[in-house]
Amino acid sequence: MASLILMPALSPTMTEGTIARWLRQPGDVVKSGDVIAEIETDKATMEVEAVDDGVFGKVLVPEGSESVAVNTPIAVLLEDGEDVAAAENVTRSADPAVGASVAVETPSAPAIVEAPAIKQADDEKDWGETKNITVREALRDAMAAELRRDEDVFLMGEEVAQYQGAYKISQGLLDEFGEKRVIDMPITEHGFTGMAVGAALTGLKPIVEFMTMNFSLQAIDHIINSAAKTLYMSGGQMGCPIVFRGPNGAAARVGAQHSQCFASWYAHIPGLKVVAPWSAADAKGLLRAAIRDPNPVVVLENEILYGQKFPCPTDEDFILPIGKAKIEREGKDVTLVAFSIMVGVALDAAAKLAEDGIEAEVINLRTLRPLDTETIIKSVKKTSRIVSVEEGWPVAGIGAEICTVAVEQAFDWLDAPPARVCGLDLPLPYASNLEKLALPKPDWVVEAVRKQFGD
Amino acid sequence: MGETTSASYRSNGPALSPETMKQAYKDMLLIRRFEEKAGQLYGMGLIGGFCHLYIGQEAVVAGIGLNMKQGDKSITSYRDHGQMLVAGMTPRGVMAELTGRAGGYSRGKGGSMHMFSREKEFYGGHGIVGAQVALGTGLAFANMYRGTDEVSIVYFGEGASAQGQVYESFNLAALHKLPCIYVIENNRYGMGTSIERASASKDLSRNAEPWGIASRKVDGMDIFAVHQAAQEAMEHCRSGKGPFLLEMETYRYRGHSMSDPAKYRDRAEVEEMRRTRDPIETLKAEMLRNGIEESIFKDIETEVKAVVADAVEFAQTCPEPDPSELWTDILVEA
Repeated sequence: MASLILMPALSPTMTEGTIARWLRQPGDVVKSGDVIAEIETDKATMEVEAVDDGVFGKVLVPEGSESVAVNTPIAVLLEDGEDVAAAENVTRSADPAVGASVAVETPSAPAIVEAPAIKQADDEKDWGETKNITVREALRDAMAAELRRDEDVFLMGEEVAQYQGAYKISQGLLDEFGEKRVIDMPITEHGFTGMAVGAALTGLKPIVEFMTMNFSLQAIDHIINSAAKTLYMSGGQMGCPIVFRGPNGAAARVGAQHSQCFASWYAHIPGLKVVAPWSAADAKGLLRAAIRDPNPVVVLENEILYGQKFPCPTDEDFILPIGKAKIEREGKDVTLVAFSIMVGVALDAAAKLAEDGIEAEVINLRTLRPLDTETIIKSVKKTSRIVSVEEGWPVAGIGAEICTVAVEQAFDWLDAPPARVCGLDLPLPYASNLEKLALPKPDWVVEAVRKQFGD
Repeated sequence: MGETTSASYRSNGPALSPETMKQAYKDMLLIRRFEEKAGQLYGMGLIGGFCHLYIGQEAVVAGIGLNMKQGDKSITSYRDHGQMLVAGMTPRGVMAELTGRAGGYSRGKGGSMHMFSREKEFYGGHGIVGAQVALGTGLAFANMYRGTDEVSIVYFGEGASAQGQVYESFNLAALHKLPCIYVIENNRYGMGTSIERASASKDLSRNAEPWGIASRKVDGMDIFAVHQAAQEAMEHCRSGKGPFLLEMETYRYRGHSMSDPAKYRDRAEVEEMRRTRDPIETLKAEMLRNGIEESIFKDIETEVKAVVADAVEFAQTCPEPDPSELWTDILVEA
């Protein structure tokens, strides 16, 4: 039966085109793949190939015709053996070659689909007895506990095994778990991160240690495009249970390339979870939760905190929920929101403010994605003032997000514009005095709060 | 050191049984007809965005597919329809993903470039050139970690062979003796840039030599040669000898994607390849020489056309994804 050849769409954006030239005459035998015409699109002149075998019957749209809409019948193709005269009877209303009844739907105005509310984790339970340990020990204990618990968990990274960790986070793990599960990697972040993500897509649960998060930039394509998006792109078939961890932010006088906070980079990405522990309990509880989580989780640690001691629950099952902030200090006059090492800065600022009779509430975010907006907003509605504190840069930073959330959800409760305390908007310098000038300190927070009180 | 043979790998006569030849013919024809139809649906506006057709390269995946067994994993770039069909994914599910429907492998959320099947161990469908090479190395790592004799087949183009992570992957695979077959589908053009203009290395089959990875250069238009090379590579990997590299010299008849006018090559070059090297015609000629009846080709053609027509019907009639699908599959519920 004769069929129609339609004006093809030849690019993602093409809606119409010009028939530049017909290359076949009525009566010509054409095979699938033969070039039958040239069409000018918005991008280029393209050759059009026949998609079926047959006999070229008749031209419906002559060459030189401009603005021919996609899907317009442009020629007639006859079946082998069919008389050319049959083409004369085919009109433009005849069935097109494929899908006679298919109309290309014009999308109607999309209904607005709201994001589902994020289910907040339960309140933190009381884990009882604690012991003072360093953040370093807490991280190691968390990995050791999860390596013991699940054979599918393994640690890989540069110097994690024989060297015992560039920052000694993996000390002792090679001895206990062997080289199958604690694996030294060459200096090849892009490659080994991709390899780890591939292994995770099969259901294994790698912990990828970056010697510092600065080097995760070499691998960021795999963290975002391969790890975070595959679940969605696969219609839910392929999750990626993987942890990316390492020290983040400034250390001490290591210069611009080794001193950057990646909080807002990773917190921006749907499909990732991002945690940023401050205390030893945060580190242990959040890292264990990250390893058990069926999603990719970025754990932003801090080198300066590694050696600091904090009380940490001794309970073998101790774990913290991802997505739940912690109020480290209660107050009624202003809310200070911080994460990682800046929690300490915020607490110091709160102590100074208390001397002047201002009671600051300090929220330790613990998780940056999903953000515990419930805890933030509840606090703001109590205090009517909010100041975010972060070590990273101000532009499009975590503080920008927090201030926006406060304005969007608690505008009527605010007595002062939300404020941000951030690292200065410049590459971190090396000189001791300059470096100190560039990073947030308690006085900056105190000053931001005083400004909110009109001082 | 691994052995690299730079001579083209060609068979002397068929190493395949008549049944296997028929299977291979059917596999290749299915890809050819499926892709032609996909091109047609694209022209009608039923498939959107980027769409990269596999026409011309069929012998590569079909020949390797003959040697795959249950549990073997595969991964490729965005020119992925052929790999999926050979992995055993249904033409219906693939075509419905192309049309962005709920019945597609990714429920309409992936499209031509992003399809996966946990069941068939097909790991995508990746849009970042070269990324699948490191990911595929990870699939092989998982095989090793679990102690199986399964192999991972990692497809990439000669264009991707300029990416740094390919060589990071070679190093990792060789260091850990991973059961990974790297398949360079050298179709001569990375989008519009010919291999001569993109690679200082003129023999890609030797690109893994520094890591001691065994390799073969293969006539990728000849399924007998592909089969023979794949068999050798599979045995090598399954016996714990580490990775293997196959450079398949192949050719794509269509443009890089649907919107490529292909002005970077002569029409005559394409015609010459189609006329003298077509993988399906090459196999058919060999089958006829081996006394296989002419009539079976018509039967296979009829069967394949029916399968493709059914896929097209399904892909056009099944519904678009529900708007609520926007918010599913972002995170696994813990």
